[in-house]
Amino acid sequence: MKDSPTTGHAAVHSHGGGTDLAAPEGTDLENRFANPGLPAHRFRVTDTDPKAARSAERQVSTIFLLSAVGTVVFLVGYFALPIEEDKSFERLLLSTLVLGLGLGFAIFCIGIGLVHWAKTLMPDHEQIELRHDIAGTEDDRRDAANIILDGVEESGVMRRTVIRNSLIGALGILPIPAVVLFRDLGPLPGEVLRHSLWENGVRLTRDPDGTPIRAADVTYGSVFHVIPDGMEDSAHPIEEKAKAAVLLIRIQPEKVQAAPERDGWDYDGIYAYSKICTHVGCPVALYEQQTHHLLCPCHQSTFDLTQHCKVIFGPAKRPLPQLPITVDNEGYLVAQRDFPYPPGPSYWERGESE
Amino acid sequence: MSSILTDKRTATLAGYVDDRVGASKIVKTFARKIFPDHWSFMLGEVCLYTFVVLLISGTFLTFWYTPSMALTTYEGSYPALVGQTVSEAYATTLHISFDIRGGLLIRQIHHWAALLFVAAILAHMARIFVTGAFRKPRELNWVVGCVLAILALAAGFTGYSLPDDLLSGNGLRIISGVIQAIPVVGTYMAFFIFGGEFPGEVIIPRLFIMHVMLIPAALLAMIGIHLGMLVMHKHMQFPGPGRTNNNVVGYPVLPVYAAKAGGFFFIVFGVVVLMAATVTINPIWNYGPYDPSPIGAGTQPDWYILFVDGALRLMPGWLGPVPTEFSTFGYVWSLNILLPGAVVPGIMIMGLFAYPWIEQWLTGDTREHHLLDRPRNKPTRTGLGVAALVFYVVMALAATNDLVATHFHISINDMTYVLRTLFFVGPPIAFWVTKRICLGLQRRDRELALHGRESGRIVRTADGEYFEVHEPLDVYERWNLVQHEDEVVVPLPQGRATTLDKLRARLSAFFFEDRIAPVTPAELEAAHAHGGHGEVESGHDVPAVGATGHGTGSSHGH
Repeated sequence: MKDSPTTGHAAVHSHGGGTDLAAPEGTDLENRFANPGLPAHRFRVTDTDPKAARSAERQVSTIFLLSAVGTVVFLVGYFALPIEEDKSFERLLLSTLVLGLGLGFAIFCIGIGLVHWAKTLMPDHEQIELRHDIAGTEDDRRDAANIILDGVEESGVMRRTVIRNSLIGALGILPIPAVVLFRDLGPLPGEVLRHSLWENGVRLTRDPDGTPIRAADVTYGSVFHVIPDGMEDSAHPIEEKAKAAVLLIRIQPEKVQAAPERDGWDYDGIYAYSKICTHVGCPVALYEQQTHHLLCPCHQSTFDLTQHCKVIFGPAKRPLPQLPITVDNEGYLVAQRDFPYPPGPSYWERGESE
Repeated sequence: MSSILTDKRTATLAGYVDDRVGASKIVKTFARKIFPDHWSFMLGEVCLYTFVVLLISGTFLTFWYTPSMALTTYEGSYPALVGQTVSEAYATTLHISFDIRGGLLIRQIHHWAALLFVAAILAHMARIFVTGAFRKPRELNWVVGCVLAILALAAGFTGYSLPDDLLSGNGLRIISGVIQAIPVVGTYMAFFIFGGEFPGEVIIPRLFIMHVMLIPAALLAMIGIHLGMLVMHKHMQFPGPGRTNNNVVGYPVLPVYAAKAGGFFFIVFGVVVLMAATVTINPIWNYGPYDPSPIGAGTQPDWYILFVDGALRLMPGWLGPVPTEFSTFGYVWSLNILLPGAVVPGIMIMGLFAYPWIEQWLTGDTREHHLLDRPRNKPTRTGLGVAALVFYVVMALAATNDLVATHFHISINDMTYVLRTLFFVGPPIAFWVTKRICLGLQRRDRELALHGRESGRIVRTADGEYFEVHEPLDVYERWNLVQHEDEVVVPLPQGRATTLDKLRARLSAFFFEDRIAPVTPAELEAAHAHGGHGEVESGHDVPAVGATGHGTGSSHGH
């Protein structure tokens, strides 16, 4: 396809003027510049110089050959770098790198070659196509409307109202079974969110090994991640953990602004608080030893241990519920009872409790 | 070329196909269809091509992945986790990564392609917005595009959760917390979705079927509609010499556009593979399996969810002494979660869907548009777009506040206060700045069109006056600067105006009040006559250009 530089441009001027621009009514079109039409086509060096065209041809085929090299690299890497025997991480990364570079270049070079081919050797004459009305003509619209009206009329759906209304009624209730079928997606919430595995006498044990914690082992400034004893043997250990996880921290009693109604909830300065954030439920796992603040890494709700985990920053509103604890006769820490308030994020039926 | 079709066997085959599917008509209609060219049109292509890469790589992953939360003991090749109790979903994801040759590569291809998919959609939408490509007759395709964007987010999030690792598990925990906060039905919804208490044993298989069937099917259907409408409307084009509202100037599908677009698919695919080969993404073996108790510092979701997570971080639980969560009659209203988690994204999405009609209403413009706007020529719209983007970016940044704080050694609280302030003042500032920049660019266009380009040649006249000679633009260059139309503020209707009319007039004024009218032939004539030196002169004319623009603006307004 060797076009002369002027091909296709004659057509431009017939519709290249400013008059066919959509313009608001009343706009003074006289007072506008005219569209000058397409500028003259500029030929590429590959259009005019056969040598340049041949060189472009060589470049494109070289790029395609590079792609084939990439494929070979992939295949060699696949068979020469097995990951079954050498299970080291370095081998895995090497394998991934070689396979990826081989495959990546194999694919990439196809693309670069095609585009280079198109840009240097395929015709780059801009062509003009006229747009057509999207809407039908007035006649089309009238015909379409009549067809539908006739169809409706022939069906009798407007005249036979008993049929129509009974159909609407029947269709109206038909989706209900589909909705009802979703009922068994899950159980109703009931009261399960209010209760955790903690109850009187349940030992506080280390997460994850489940060994009990002696009060004497909890030194000032130390933090224990705690789960209730026997959690692993419960019916749903992960769900229980999501409610019952606790942080155990010992603070000098004089640093705590103790609330009188919570007298006796700690044991010798050892405090147990729910680890589940009252915002949206992430574990509040970061303890700042100097400030006695607990920080949730998800949304930075900050709880002050010296004020019974009151919220001092961030999106949470409620303090972390405190777990009342004591020691059993063997010296191990145990819960006195369940959390006084439901642990974890808020929910509609949770009520006004703190 | 013609020898292929005159070959007897080919002709027979072509005839066979044509007899059965009417291929000749299809070829005639589409094979030489003209598509205009511009680099920004490739953004939409990136969306399509990354989606194809996702389908290919995702299918590969399903051959080994087991969507089950049943617990198993890990016995694979990653030594640090051997013997641990993990879910089958997590174990099989590790299996793909460590025991399948190329498995890690494909996983990383899939993840990078997903990140790029959503990024390309955002960039594509921004391009559509600032160039006004959503205007009549393409409003419905804008809506389809918005649906596609939401589906892409849904696809991303459901897929992100499938490995059942610690990071994505905490993401699900956050989602369950947000669902629980919904008034009246929230707790029930959470129990239905998770099949009971969080995390339950069904969420991964449920997300899986959404991720591999429902969402991709919906995406495919919507992409079909999106592209079908694109072909029907014909592609928009940037204004330029020879381009009008009634034509399409560009290249035919066959051969050059097919080669370029087809080649670009391989380029996108290749780049994704090279990224996957060299840059680790989502190293779930570092995070560990999901467990409700541990968590790492620096927990960020994939980038496209950052804005929701950031909004959750910005919203305080207490405004001084006033809590943002409270109860009435024993029922909890968690505004600290609902406002950022549902209301803000909801308003953003509704605004996005409705924008074409909002603009149409307040500009009173019901004509068809097939020429794109240069963003500078619609300063208010471009300003609104950038403001929305800044709003989005501030929220996304907020989700990285802990990383910023630790990397730059600044207080996380200060960082959050600054971002809370930016949440409110950032978008208005961005709007104002963008609008001013657009108006400035328009003034420069006017000056260029009127006075031409500075030549750098200083001439002294016989009177001793110095001036710089300006070279006039040729008609093609000038057309780019003068082709747009002047805007008209929708006036108040005659007689009694309703509140709605008044609102519309006010919004219309807001949209068009500050604007620079394009240069008219008369003005150019005047500018040349004024120069008087044979060459166009400028210098002391510059301030007058601005005044002209404003003058024209206000005389139209009221």
